[in-house]
Amino acid sequence: MIKLTDIRKAYHQGQHNELWALNGIDLTIEANKVTVLSGPSGSGKSTLLTIVGCMARPTSGRVQLGERDISGLPERFLTDIRRKTFGFVFQQFNLISGLSARDNVMLPAYPLGGDWRELHARADALLDTLKLGQRRDARVEWLSGGEQQRVAIARALINDPQVLIADEPTANLDTALSREFMEILENLKGQGKTIILTSHDPLLVESSVVDRVVHLRDGHLVEAEQ
Amino acid sequence: MKTWIAKQKALIDFTLSSLARRKLKNLGLLLVYTIIVFLLASVMLYTHALRHEAAQVLKSSPEVIVQRLVAGRHDLIPPGYLEKLGRIRGVQSKEGRLWGYFYDNVVSANYTLMAPSSASHDFGQVADGKIVIGAAVARERGLAPGNLISFRSYTGKLFIFTVAAVLPHEAELVSADLLLLSETDFRSFFDIPAGYYNDIALSVANPQEVRNIAGKISETLPDARIILREEVLRTYESIFNWREGIVLVLLSGSILAFAIFAWEKASGLSAEEKREIGILKAIGWETGDVLKMKFWEGALVSLAAFLLGYVAAYLHVFHFSAALFEPVLKGWSVLYPRFELVPVVDGFQIATLFFFTVFPYTVATIVPIWRAAITDPDAVMRG
Ligand SMILES: Nc1ncnc2c1ncn2[C@@H]1O[C@H](COP(=O)(O)OP(=O)(O)O)[C@@H](O)[C@H]1O
Ligand SMILES: [Mg+2]
Repeated sequence: MIKLTDIRKAYHQGQHNELWALNGIDLTIEANKVTVLSGPSGSGKSTLLTIVGCMARPTSGRVQLGERDISGLPERFLTDIRRKTFGFVFQQFNLISGLSARDNVMLPAYPLGGDWRELHARADALLDTLKLGQRRDARVEWLSGGEQQRVAIARALINDPQVLIADEPTANLDTALSREFMEILENLKGQGKTIILTSHDPLLVESSVVDRVVHLRDGHLVEAEQ
Repeated sequence: MKTWIAKQKALIDFTLSSLARRKLKNLGLLLVYTIIVFLLASVMLYTHALRHEAAQVLKSSPEVIVQRLVAGRHDLIPPGYLEKLGRIRGVQSKEGRLWGYFYDNVVSANYTLMAPSSASHDFGQVADGKIVIGAAVARERGLAPGNLISFRSYTGKLFIFTVAAVLPHEAELVSADLLLLSETDFRSFFDIPAGYYNDIALSVANPQEVRNIAGKISETLPDARIILREEVLRTYESIFNWREGIVLVLLSGSILAFAIFAWEKASGLSAEEKREIGILKAIGWETGDVLKMKFWEGALVSLAAFLLGYVAAYLHVFHFSAALFEPVLKGWSVLYPRFELVPVVDGFQIATLFFFTVFPYTVATIVPIWRAAITDPDAVMRG
């Protein structure tokens, strides 16, 4: 469970181009559910994701992870919580080109210093479940868009996080690939993962896999519906 | 500790695959870097070994040499001097030496001729009519033991000798152009009357006393010039330092060019690299992890270059007789000694070279990364 209390976020605070991306968000995100943050472009969805995922700090407000208040923690602890608790799938996938699919998947595990052989096996298993077993040695820039996204998902899952976060996951996918993505979500939900997405794609927002849609506009919550 | 090692192994693993992505760039860098280390290490190893060799040779040379000066020029020692020196306290042994230079126009080379006393040379005295020759002389004139060789002396007389032996290869630096004759042959070849010598070699009982004894010699023989071994050693030192200096100056130009090149290569962060650092931060790497990875990148390249360059330099100097430097660093004799240096490696020298090559490069790779690595992890969410 993630609980946000009166979250505000300013960019360039105190400068002439000061911009308030979030203006007081109160939100509780339940575990083992698929939650979608929806809203027009510029409404603050991505910003809210970075705060939920401990990637950035709010300008003011409180973030609770389970029972723990993490808003005041120093950067190092935040990084540690982030890489153990959250897995990120970025809108542009953000894979490192020149490296193989498997190397990309293993990247988030390096700073943790686990057993290398075991890590290899884990990466291969993930790639297999995402139907990428054949392509694991291919450089990522040779993969199709759908394959790249699945590599990005595998990378997000390599440290076995409780929460998967994805920013506009279907924005670069056609309908067939979007449906495949939702199947993957279904699977992960079945494994007990918490999933938080941003999207304004009706295909995803209205899909049955989604438990809850949170609407945002100009940094405010508009409503929350089933 | 175990996780720390596992972590470093993982980082190195990643660094290697990351380096492999820019194979051409990194191999080029490695090559240039290796060449620089190779050149520097070659100069260091070579001069160090030469110095060692010279010191070795001088160690067996006499502690004091007495020459006689007439009108400021080196002249023969007349009879009676040896006896006078023998009366000075502290002189352990004394020996009149016979040596001279001879120009051989057949091969356009200068030889050093000597008449060894049994005490001063391994070969002992050379029999009349025989000659013992340096390895280079044997090579140039195509001589082997038993062959005959003739020289026309400065007086115009023709002398014929039988080659008794060729001097061994070790210490060829000093013996390459050497010819050893019997005392009788030497005196008649150079027309030096009996009782005269070129100079006198002395050894002293107590090395601490050398300067005192030198003072007493000049009192006894006012026309003597006294050459102390320690002074010769110092002269050699400065000659070697000077030669080494020339080569280092020549090299410094290329080193500077390399430094600029390496700095630019290492410090110029491409947009691509910045993006990658952003990604690493976003997927959970800490600033320190990024720095460690980049540290390994710099360290692996420079370590590899250091090892390759140093080994190549070692082979160059000790197995290929420093073929590249011979004209600059050696050449006090027309007959280039083709000797194999005894491998001498100095730990301090290795450390110096290591510090001046590996260290700056590694730092140059890390500094700019530092700035990029402290960017916020959420930066990649945009665009
Ligand atoms: N790093 C940033 N620096 C400055 N402004 C930003 C930054 N990130 C987002 N913004 C601004 O904050 C607002 C919300 O952006 P974002 O959270 O990306 O919205 P969404 O994801 O809903 O499109 C936008 O006006 C955007 O321009
Ligand atoms: Mg967005």
